[in-house]
Amino acid sequence: MKNCEYQQIDPLALGTPASTPTSTQCAKNKSHRPRRKWEVFPGRNRFYCDGRIIVARQCGVLPLTLGLIVVTSVLFFIFDCPFLVTHLTICIPVVAGVLFLFVVITLLQTSFTDPGILPRALPEEVTNTERQIDNSGSVTYRPPPRTKEIIINGEVVKLKYCFTCKMFRPPRTSHCSLCDNCVERFDHHCPWVGNCVGKRNYRFFYTFIVSLSFLTSFILGCVITHLTLRSQGDKGFLQALQESPASVVELVVCFFSIWSTLGLSGFHTYLVASNLTTNEDIKGSWSTKRGEESGNPYSYNGIFRNCCAVLCGPMPPSLIDRRGFLPPDVIPRTVASGSELHPFMAKNDTNMCTQAPKKLLETVAHSSLVHSTCTSATPKTALVTQEFPFNSVSSMLSPSNTTQVPLPAARDNRRSTPWTRPAVREGITQKGMLDAYKYQVS
Amino acid sequence: GPEFHNLQELRQSASLANKVFIQRDYSEGTVCKFHTKLPSELDSRIEKTLFEDTVKTLNNYYAEAEKIGGHAYLEGCLACITAYLIFLCMETRYEKVLKKISRYIQEQNEKIYAPRGLLITDPIERGMRVIEISIYEDRSSSGSSTSSSTTSSSGR
Repeated sequence: MKNCEYQQIDPLALGTPASTPTSTQCAKNKSHRPRRKWEVFPGRNRFYCDGRIIVARQCGVLPLTLGLIVVTSVLFFIFDCPFLVTHLTICIPVVAGVLFLFVVITLLQTSFTDPGILPRALPEEVTNTERQIDNSGSVTYRPPPRTKEIIINGEVVKLKYCFTCKMFRPPRTSHCSLCDNCVERFDHHCPWVGNCVGKRNYRFFYTFIVSLSFLTSFILGCVITHLTLRSQGDKGFLQALQESPASVVELVVCFFSIWSTLGLSGFHTYLVASNLTTNEDIKGSWSTKRGEESGNPYSYNGIFRNCCAVLCGPMPPSLIDRRGFLPPDVIPRTVASGSELHPFMAKNDTNMCTQAPKKLLETVAHSSLVHSTCTSATPKTALVTQEFPFNSVSSMLSPSNTTQVPLPAARDNRRSTPWTRPAVREGITQKGMLDAYKYQVS
Repeated sequence: GPEFHNLQELRQSASLANKVFIQRDYSEGTVCKFHTKLPSELDSRIEKTLFEDTVKTLNNYYAEAEKIGGHAYLEGCLACITAYLIFLCMETRYEKVLKKISRYIQEQNEKIYAPRGLLITDPIERGMRVIEISIYEDRSSSGSSTSSSTTSSSGR
């Protein structure tokens, strides 16, 4: 063994293969501070407190949600509680206080918890997935077929290939176009909460909406009681309203929110009991035309068991390890992922990641918000309007420049085969592709 | 195959030749489980029973972590009552099992895999998607041999 061939291999660094640094990059990479993985996270998320807190890039209307809850509750405590305490019981502010704390804590947990984001596939995995062997034994590298069928508990399930994350999505996983992440047990992206709702934060979300329903109903009931008591005697209702104008505000807010919160709680209770996600329910993944109970292979066929599995099940860990340190020999490249995409890449497929202009997304977000607030219809409709506008937007063609730094292991994508339809790949020879992959694997 | 006496020797004198990925087995749902079939690239490197044992033990660990039983319900109800704040202070059962898995993999690497020129990567570092097994060639003996595998891809 000659010394010049000596090569240290650190098993920790094996996970993320080192990109071959060019001399210019070595010169640029002067920072000695070890970087954490959240700093190079490829999805559209923001991180606070050095990676402890994760939110979607667009916080949606989370400030509005929080504001409404806090303002209404504070008004309740200041203006209604004194009257109710003297006339009824001290339990009222105590109960309201407990509910309020529950609501705020679970809301923040829903918003700041990783919903179950799946990290993107590393280049060797991608190569492995792409490698296909012909009958003659020759090796070619092509994008894998879009779907793969597997059997789960006797049901045929199709796994889709995610072109952004470069992997076959596990069952019940869906790619959120807003956050640009694949999320496990994806329920929906909630603008009120400013985050996706998935496997890891579904129980927080459920507790949030249930306790919010209780809080809203409780405040509504107490305010009505307050006004009724005040208007007894010779005063009249209108005078009572004039004496306590804050109650009017609370009344209005609670009256309009109670429909959606109660409806949403009821809908999600149904989902929990049948172990479904909003995504599956809307798409009708398991409903059969013959009106059978459900072909849901994940259900435990028992309401109590399903509830326990969904709400009291084990808490899986976060897979993205955002506070972990990057191996020191890896140099992340600031490749604007949008510019590398071939223009033909965008398809009319909600699951393909295409970059839509930010402004359009925001206007759509506002319009869908109007839909969901104005309609007192069933939550299903509200959820449909908040999901589908984003899906149609995501199929837009123009990739815009993002400033996201890809994962260090996701090397220069220019060398690898762009994910294009076969017709477009004429310019790339097979030998060229093989060389590109040898370069990556070696 | 090359003979290495321990993990350190592997690190010092070997070079990475290829990587094999053991995929997830979803036949029982979304529980974490991996296929136990020995991939053809490893045929010559390790005995089938040893490999199957490793994967089956890992599967058992994951099943233990994800088990829904009386203990899990109790934890869940307690957590709910405290508005899930308890997750901030307490180590969950899943995390405890993951630590056990980590130690197990380390032990397996040291005792069984490194002497055969192989290294297992903990699935948690791959998003629980695959068990990545790195195949090493001895630098001094292999010369210029690179990827040795032209046969079918890893077992599904």
